[in-house]
Amino acid sequence: MTTQATAPATAEGREEARRIKALRSDRARAESRLGWMLAGPAFVVMLAVTLYPILQATYDSLFRYRLTAPDDREFVGLANYGVVLSDPVWWQAFGVTALITVITVAVELVLGFALALVMHRAIKRLRGLLRTAILVPYGIITVVSAFAWFYAFDINSGYVNQWFAWVPGIDENLNWFAEFGTAVFVIIASEIWKTTPFISLLLLAGLAQVPTELDEAAEVDGATWWQRLQRVTLPNMKAAIMVAVLFRALDAFRIFDNVFIMTNGSAGTTVLSLLAYRTSIGRLEIGLGSAISVLLFVAVIGICWIAIKLFKVDLAGARGER
Amino acid sequence: MTTRMKVGWAVITVLVLVYALFPVLSILATSFKLPSELNLGTFLPAHWTWTNYEQILGPEGSARDLFLPSLRNSIGISLIATAIAVVLATLAAYAIARLDFPGKRLILTTALGVSIFPVISIVTPLFNLWRNIGLYDTWAGLIIPYLSLTLPISIWTLAAFFRQIPWELEQAAQVDGATTWQAFRKAIVPLAAPGVFTTALIAFFIAWNDFVYGISLTSTSRARPVPAALAFFTGASQFEEPTGAISAAAVVVTIPVVILVLLFQRQIVAGLTQGAVKG
Repeated sequence: MTTQATAPATAEGREEARRIKALRSDRARAESRLGWMLAGPAFVVMLAVTLYPILQATYDSLFRYRLTAPDDREFVGLANYGVVLSDPVWWQAFGVTALITVITVAVELVLGFALALVMHRAIKRLRGLLRTAILVPYGIITVVSAFAWFYAFDINSGYVNQWFAWVPGIDENLNWFAEFGTAVFVIIASEIWKTTPFISLLLLAGLAQVPTELDEAAEVDGATWWQRLQRVTLPNMKAAIMVAVLFRALDAFRIFDNVFIMTNGSAGTTVLSLLAYRTSIGRLEIGLGSAISVLLFVAVIGICWIAIKLFKVDLAGARGER
Repeated sequence: MTTRMKVGWAVITVLVLVYALFPVLSILATSFKLPSELNLGTFLPAHWTWTNYEQILGPEGSARDLFLPSLRNSIGISLIATAIAVVLATLAAYAIARLDFPGKRLILTTALGVSIFPVISIVTPLFNLWRNIGLYDTWAGLIIPYLSLTLPISIWTLAAFFRQIPWELEQAAQVDGATTWQAFRKAIVPLAAPGVFTTALIAFFIAWNDFVYGISLTSTSRARPVPAALAFFTGASQFEEPTGAISAAAVVVTIPVVILVLLFQRQIVAGLTQGAVKG
C-alpha cells in the first residue's frame, strides 16, 4: 500500500514539519484521541481475529505436531515447508487453484461487463428487474448453489445429460465428476454463476463514472460503438476494472465450498484450501497444516503485490478514499 | 423505441433472468420430486410432493434434528456477528468520515487486508486454540471468526456512506438551538440509518454464506450452521441419497435471501458498489 506522506528530505522540510507539529492545537490532539477511541475497537478486533491466528500458525508451522500424538511435538524449523513444497500434491493443488482462478476471472470479466452494459443501458423499468435478478446469485449460499449445480449434472439425478445428449462428447452415461476436465468445468461454471454479480456491479459503478460528454463527442466524430468502447469507456474505467479483477482473483484463489460439495477433491480437483483443510482438520497434522496456511497467506500477499506493481493501482485511492 | 429494439431488450431480459434464476429453479424443482423419482433425470418433477419438506420440517422428519438446530444456529450466530460488526464499524466509520486523525488510512488498509485474508489460514490455529480453551463447537467460537468476514466490509461500506453525509447540517441544527446530542440525533442519524441498515444486510449475507469456519470449528448440532449441516445430511437409509432433503433445506434457507434481495435491491447495490469489498 502506498502512503502519500513521505518523510521530508531537506533540512527546511524537517524544520517546516516541526513547526506544523508544534502548531497543532489541543483541539487537533483531542480530535485524534476521539478518532482512535471510536475506531480503535474495530481496529483491535480486526488484528485479533486475523493477525493473531496467522502468527500462531507461523509458530505452529515450525513444529512437527500431530493432534493424534500431541506428546511427540518437536521443533523442526522449516522442515514442514520443505515437506509441503517438495510434495507433488501441493503443486497439483496449486496448479488447479491457479487454473480455476485464471479461467473464472477471465470469463467473469467479459460476462460481468456484458451484464453491466445491459444494466447500464436498460430503460428504467427494466433496470430494477435486471438488477434484482443479478443479485439473486450474490445472495445465495455458495453451498446451496454448489448442490444445485451438482444435482443438475449428477449422473443419477441430473437432467443435463438428457438435455444435451445431442452435443458431441455428452451422452446419457457421462459422469461429469469422474474426470478432471468435466469436473473442473462444472466447478468453474458454478463459481462463475455465483460470483459474476459482484464483478458486474463493480463494473456498473465504473461505467457510471465514465463522462457521457466524452462518449457523445466521440460519437459525433464518427467513432463506432467498438471504437468508443476501446478508446473512451474502458480507459476511463481502468481503476474499477483493476479493483474488480484483483478482488475476484483473491476470492477465487480461496475457492473451497463448491469443490468440497461437488467432488471433495476427487478426480484431481483438490484446491489449496481443501488441501489445508484436509491436512489440519481432517488428518489433525497441525504442523504441516499450519505451514500450508502460511504458504497460502504468502501466496495471497504475492498476488496483491504483483497486481499493485503491475497495474500501479492505489487500492485505497481507487475505492474513493483519497 | 423501435419494435426491433423492444424485441431485442425482451430477449436480453429473458436471457439475464434465465442466467440468474435457473440454478435456483433447478433446486426448487428437485425439492418437489418424490424420492423414488429423483433419478429419472427430468427437470420438473413427475408428481409434485411435499415429502422432502416434511423430512426436514415435519414432526416425524428424518432430517429434522439435523436441519432445525442448524437453522437456529445460523440465524443466531449470523445476527450476533452482524450486530457486533455493525456497531464497531459504525463507530470506526464515523471517525473516519468525520474526524481528522493520523492512522485513518492504516485502519482502512487493515480492513482491506483482513478482507482478502484466506479464511483457511485462520482456521488451523483457531481449530487448535478453540479446542484448548473450550470455544470449539460453541456459538462464540463462530461469532469471533465471523468478525473477520463481516467487520472489514462493514467499515468500508459505512465509511463510503458516511462520507456522503453533509455534516454541516449538524452545525446548522446547533445554530438553530439544538444541543449537540439533539443535533446529532435529529440531523445525522436519519441520514446515516439507511447506510447502517444496508451494511447490516450485506454483512448478514456474508455471515450466512460461510462454510469453511462452519465445518471446521463445529462438530455437533450445538453450533453447526446450515451450510455446514447441509454437507452432513444423510438419507433415510444408508442406501438412499439425501438429495430431496438437501434440496428442500436449500430452498428453505434461500427464500429469506431472495425476499431480502427483492425488497432492498436498490440499497444493496448502492452498498456493494460504494464499499465495494466482498467478504
